[in-house]
Amino acid sequence: MSLTELTAAELSAKLRSRDVSAPEIARVHLDRIAERDAEIGAFLSVEPELTLAQAENAQRMLDRGEGGRLTGVPVALKDNLSTVGTPTTCASLILEGYRPPFDATAVALLRAAGAVFVGKTNLDEFAMGTSTENSVFGSTRNPWDLTRSPGGSSGGSAAAVCDHMAPLALGSDTGGSIRQPAALCGIVGFKPTYGRVSRYGLVAFASSLDQIGPLGRNVEDAALLAHAISGHDPTDSTSLPDSQIDLSGLKGGALRGLRLAAPRELFGEACHPGVRECVLSAVDRLRAEGAEVAEISLPSIDYGVTTYYIIAPAEASSNLARFDGLRYGPRLEGEGHVGTVAATRGRLFGHEVKARIMIGTYALSAGYYDAYYVRAQQVRARMTAEFEHAFGEFDVIVSPTSPVVAFPLGELSHDPLALKMLDLCTIPANMGGFPAISLPCGLSEGLPVGLQIVGPIRGDERVLQIAYAVERALAG
Amino acid sequence: MPAYSTSVGMEVHAELLTESKMFCRCPVAFGGEPNTRVCPVCLGLPGALPVPNRVAVEFVVRAALALNCTIARHSVFHRKNYFYPDLPKGYQISQYGDTNPIGTNGWLDIEGTTGSKRVRIRRVHLEEDTGKLMHLPGGGSGVDFNRAGLPLMEIVTDFPPDIESPEDAREYLVALRQTLLYLGVCDGKMEQGSLRCEPNISVRSAGSETFGTKTELKNLNSFRSVQQGILFEVRRQIAILDSGQTVRQETRGWNEDNETSFLMRTKESEMDYRYFPDPDLVPITFSDARIEAIRADLPELPAARARRYREVLGLSALDTSVLTAEPATAEFFEATIAQGADPKPACNWITQELAKLANEAGLPLAETKITPRHVSDVVRLTGSGQISGKTAKEIFAEAFRTGDLPGALVEARGATQIHDAEAIRRWCREAIEANPGPVEKFRAGQEGVIGFLVGQVMRASGGRANAQKVQEIMRGELGGG
Repeated sequence: MSLTELTAAELSAKLRSRDVSAPEIARVHLDRIAERDAEIGAFLSVEPELTLAQAENAQRMLDRGEGGRLTGVPVALKDNLSTVGTPTTCASLILEGYRPPFDATAVALLRAAGAVFVGKTNLDEFAMGTSTENSVFGSTRNPWDLTRSPGGSSGGSAAAVCDHMAPLALGSDTGGSIRQPAALCGIVGFKPTYGRVSRYGLVAFASSLDQIGPLGRNVEDAALLAHAISGHDPTDSTSLPDSQIDLSGLKGGALRGLRLAAPRELFGEACHPGVRECVLSAVDRLRAEGAEVAEISLPSIDYGVTTYYIIAPAEASSNLARFDGLRYGPRLEGEGHVGTVAATRGRLFGHEVKARIMIGTYALSAGYYDAYYVRAQQVRARMTAEFEHAFGEFDVIVSPTSPVVAFPLGELSHDPLALKMLDLCTIPANMGGFPAISLPCGLSEGLPVGLQIVGPIRGDERVLQIAYAVERALAG
Repeated sequence: MPAYSTSVGMEVHAELLTESKMFCRCPVAFGGEPNTRVCPVCLGLPGALPVPNRVAVEFVVRAALALNCTIARHSVFHRKNYFYPDLPKGYQISQYGDTNPIGTNGWLDIEGTTGSKRVRIRRVHLEEDTGKLMHLPGGGSGVDFNRAGLPLMEIVTDFPPDIESPEDAREYLVALRQTLLYLGVCDGKMEQGSLRCEPNISVRSAGSETFGTKTELKNLNSFRSVQQGILFEVRRQIAILDSGQTVRQETRGWNEDNETSFLMRTKESEMDYRYFPDPDLVPITFSDARIEAIRADLPELPAARARRYREVLGLSALDTSVLTAEPATAEFFEATIAQGADPKPACNWITQELAKLANEAGLPLAETKITPRHVSDVVRLTGSGQISGKTAKEIFAEAFRTGDLPGALVEARGATQIHDAEAIRRWCREAIEANPGPVEKFRAGQEGVIGFLVGQVMRASGGRANAQKVQEIMRGELGGG
């Protein structure tokens, strides 16, 4: 059996028992990337020398008896996470040639822990999309079916983990960008509570919604990575004071007596029948294991997509204003300052990014601000309150992660509205800042279906614990 | 020709005297090589995030309390979105809204041309400074981001404007600067741009209810240019109205060299800054206890101090205003009288001799070798009649050069006054003998010539004879024949 088939936890055990060395593990993953990625297109940059140097350093740490459970374990990084000295493109022409002078906090924590970075992964430009088709470097393909999308925007990270090019990857989740590709690729993706992982160094899309999180092939692996990147960061004002996500209770949960809520708004017409069936049968298995499942109604979910597509573009229109070609990235000269900015942004941003900047600019404009942005924030507050109320009665909320399975590349790229409706199930967790995980729960038409579990604010440990128990129940 | 009324609104930006910038840890300083005090945060690199400087927030609360403002219990930072090369993020972090700024609804009392006047203040808020555009020696332009992200306090007067003349505008700025200096929140160096004033000016026919179209004036780097610039704008607007034309709303720059204003840009359409709460920052909240603690910690402000000097120490209005103009002077004075010196002579020494010597040396008070101890020493020596006023000035000048205490200098040069009657009488007799002409005149009734004779004695004694005693003895000698 190849080392690439092992989970992060298994690799870690082998490293500690000296069955295998960190450079060896790095090399087999680099080989796997070299062999497979021409077909998959998960990576935007791979620098083998840097990876091997990191692996050697990790091995020295292990030899000295230092390091933790991720020392020597390969991790792929979504290319909107700043990595010192190596390209960070956001899959956009506007960041061509940019090499950050600093690491994102999450990256720095992993580097210090001795994790080994195998490369930067593909995404929808600036994480704006649900199919990884909005990348200027081309689409990533779903390892389950190369004619299909891996989902997005962390499609590169999901495909890399799914195809064993890395046991772990980091993604970012603004409206489902970790969980949806995890679902479509049949792996686990976790979005922690807003503020539990520092956003410092994550190139911002929508600051109030963005959260960095792990992707892995099982819950334990995802939890290991979540533990490593979480904790308070004084350089991010929105970082929670909480300590690292604690894994001590991960395997100690039981399904018996667990109160699960299934909101009918997420099992309705928007949901593909095959997906619905698959998720419902998984929920039945949980009930059989002793969980209590109740159908509830969270009516504001119906406004989630609309609301999200006001707030996220509004913040994005401001966050992306810094890309003016003056200080970094390419510059296209035009008439005066305004001309240069217009030429640079006009030609180097992709279509979807420009569309969202325009929508967001409109939503924040004088005369429209109250009707759009303020109203959207009111709906957001209401949706959050509805969820919080539900968490008073239930441990977690379960639903499909994505209403559909992996769709053929190109099928939805001309139907932006249909694409955006795919975010229906995942958006509420970003709106309220709730921790949420997607884990595989079966197949529909031979393609993976994801089960989403959403918990209350700061309930990260609980969500991971429940997901771990669910994973075992569904496997059993 | 119709009479006109002038209205001036004042927008003042004060750079705060913090050690680090508003949202990052880069140091705050003036000058230096461009782009040497920068980091990912103040350069607006992708992914960098702001963390507010708590000291800056506290400084604004101090200033807002000193300006009699209401402090917001809950205040958020907004993004002001616009593109400009000196604005690295494409937005400036600022504070928007009527009640959101840290301070609202305050006032500052000034001594205006028509007596004491209350200038209402609409808002005191906190924002970040921008970078600075500069022409490169080899042509083209560049941006220095050393200034980008400096904490900037904006103080805006209320509408309708209370300021109605260029003199009052200047007076307001003087009083505001003085207050900020006393609070220690700003160094007030207009020539370095750490205190910047952008007045907006309008005129209207006297008695008219509607305000005229306003123009905003920039590049005012001194109190004088503020007054001159506003005066110029008032006259320019009146000339336009008198010629039957209308004033256009525009931003104008002040040309210090030829003392005229020039058009910078017209404001045909209002800029839409798309303000919204910055999602990277959390709201600032203040408890009543915190606000009261900061209030209790406020220093004595210029107006209160001036009143005390006049009413308790009995100083003149002029002395008071000179002493209180700069907090450094006032602190020096306080320390001098704390050492037991009489306030009036202490004030005179500080505002006259010391000010003159420091000015000649081109040094600020704090950098001279004279300390409050030196001044109290010289006040003591002259007060007790130990040295003459003339000698005291010489001694003081020497102390200014060397830093030695006046008492020690007097000892060293033996400059103590001579009171010995016998010695003085001997010099008087010598002077009478050597100057028969003046003596004749004195005896003929021209008493004024006694000054000449006393002067001869002073010269003979090397300036050390007690002048009053010389006078007495000389009269005795002359009268006695």
